[in-house]
Amino acid sequence: MGRYTDNREAVAALVRGREVHRDVYIDDEVFRLEMKHLFANTWVFVGHDSQTPNKGDYFTTQVGDQPVIMVRHTDNEIKVLYNRCPHKGTKIAIDRTGNTGKFFRCPYHAWSFKTDGCLLAIPLKKGYEGTGLDQSEGSRGMKAVGAVKNYRGFVFARLAEEGISFEEFFGNALSSLDNMVDRSPAGRLEVAGPPLRYMHRCNWKMLVENQTDTCHPMVAHESSAGTAVQIWNELGYTEDDPKPPAMEIIAPFMSPYEFFENMGIRTWPNGHGHTGVNHSIHSNYSAIPGYFEALCDAYGKQKAKAILDENRHNTVYFPNIMIKGPIQQLRVFIPLAADKTLVESYIYRLVDAPDELTARTAMYNRMINAPTSIVGHDDLEMYERAQEGLHADGLEWVNVQRLYEEDEDFDEERVENGTTERQMRNQFHAWVKFMTVSMNEKEAAE
Amino acid sequence: MSIKRDDLVDFVYAEARMLDEGRYDEWLELWLPDGHYWMPLDWKQTDPLHVTSFLFEDMFMLKLRVERLNGARTFSQKPKSRCHHVIQRPFVDEMNDEAGRYVTNTNMHYVETRQDEQFLLALTATHELKLVDGRLRIANKRVDLLNCDAAFGNIQLLP
Ligand code: FES
Ligand SMILES: [Fe+2]
Repeated sequence: MGRYTDNREAVAALVRGREVHRDVYIDDEVFRLEMKHLFANTWVFVGHDSQTPNKGDYFTTQVGDQPVIMVRHTDNEIKVLYNRCPHKGTKIAIDRTGNTGKFFRCPYHAWSFKTDGCLLAIPLKKGYEGTGLDQSEGSRGMKAVGAVKNYRGFVFARLAEEGISFEEFFGNALSSLDNMVDRSPAGRLEVAGPPLRYMHRCNWKMLVENQTDTCHPMVAHESSAGTAVQIWNELGYTEDDPKPPAMEIIAPFMSPYEFFENMGIRTWPNGHGHTGVNHSIHSNYSAIPGYFEALCDAYGKQKAKAILDENRHNTVYFPNIMIKGPIQQLRVFIPLAADKTLVESYIYRLVDAPDELTARTAMYNRMINAPTSIVGHDDLEMYERAQEGLHADGLEWVNVQRLYEEDEDFDEERVENGTTERQMRNQFHAWVKFMTVSMNEKEAAE
Repeated sequence: MSIKRDDLVDFVYAEARMLDEGRYDEWLELWLPDGHYWMPLDWKQTDPLHVTSFLFEDMFMLKLRVERLNGARTFSQKPKSRCHHVIQRPFVDEMNDEAGRYVTNTNMHYVETRQDEQFLLALTATHELKLVDGRLRIANKRVDLLNCDAAFGNIQLLP
């Protein structure tokens, strides 16, 4: 027990209108409370259902710091179970994906469980006769998370048994996921290969904030995108020459402030928001032959055009994922410690769309999100320097006040100048809400 | 000119030395213009295009990568990284004098360091070489990491 446990006031005081206290990034107790409250009370991304297409297929991951198994049950529904044997705690599955057939069998003493977690059998069960097994926790089988929602293939879980509903939590923010899925003529995405896995020695929130930080690309990425533009010019090409796909992807990172100001930022209640309301760095990718026609056949011309006219840049789904609708990417920022975050970057194939779209998405992923990516190097260097710098005493607050307004109301949807830090403030507003909602009130703290 | 086994072996060693010594202009000269440096993400990956790789870089991207290393505002290279390859003798898997095409397969340990951090990668490099105007050139290079499915921090130089 420290300063923050069961102390709503102290936790809320970490967030002021224009600034947040450094403890939200560097304090171990705050991190543990995030795992216990924030990641239990919110709807957290687990995986995509195409990762487990057949009955018995499973995928192991984490929700916050909780090990879970996402599995396709015999009724074809996706279940999310804690990855822990109710007998003595052994993890039931440790490979990232596999097929378990009709049931899980613990490798230690062979207790077995249906794929919805129910206890199926215990070897030599007579040893428990008369011991009151049916009253013990273990007899109830593998524990399921509080609630699961499969939204158009994207599986989210709420660990807490009770709390905000999926629909209320996300509200209109689901429009970004809808647009990403609608881009498939079949209205369906499929995961394409394994994700990139990139280890960051920084707090997970730095990554989430960076997704709508539109004042860093032209500075931090001058080394990569700026050099690309320079080489391009040295080769004798100009702005207006048709660019190869790699240049289409990297050059827009050097767009001027004005471009980012005009792109706009939209915020939604509960910490969600996106950049690229009017246009984005994804707006000017060249058309892939046959794609628009396929979309028109599926939706009619008007709707097809409306789908493609949406060019949202990064959509943050609070607490810890970002999607790029126009290129079918999802990044999940998995918190491992106050100063350690695993970033997994997935790409998806648009079912019934040309393969060239998947190729562009794969190219973007390796160019921007890989541990070998020069753009990734630019960013990680900044996060790690920030994580270290925050330990400097004397200054304890982190500034988030760009385009701040008095009495901001985060419960209303708003569109603002694309360089506002309102979305960061929106995230911290939601952070306080979901951190404190399940805290016991401690009498007279300290 | 006829190519001998030792020429291929020497080539692979010399290339690694250029990377270790940061002689990137010379290194870029080794490549044929339409070559690709491929580092797959998945074990035994066959498709470089429609699933993610760590790298699948053409000459433009390779040039960008090495030029960036010396940029005035390349903060992730202030201070700079250094690297070191330890090579096992390459296997020569293909010697096609008629087509002027040669393939080698080389196991390596790659060490990269910056400030207080140092990491080791075990890898297998496959070089597809071509004899053009009497000179061996890299047509394609594939680098498979033994632990490709692990999570990595920055890998900033070229394994
Ligand atoms: S720990 Fe799982 S069966 Fe004993
Ligand atoms: Fe960035």
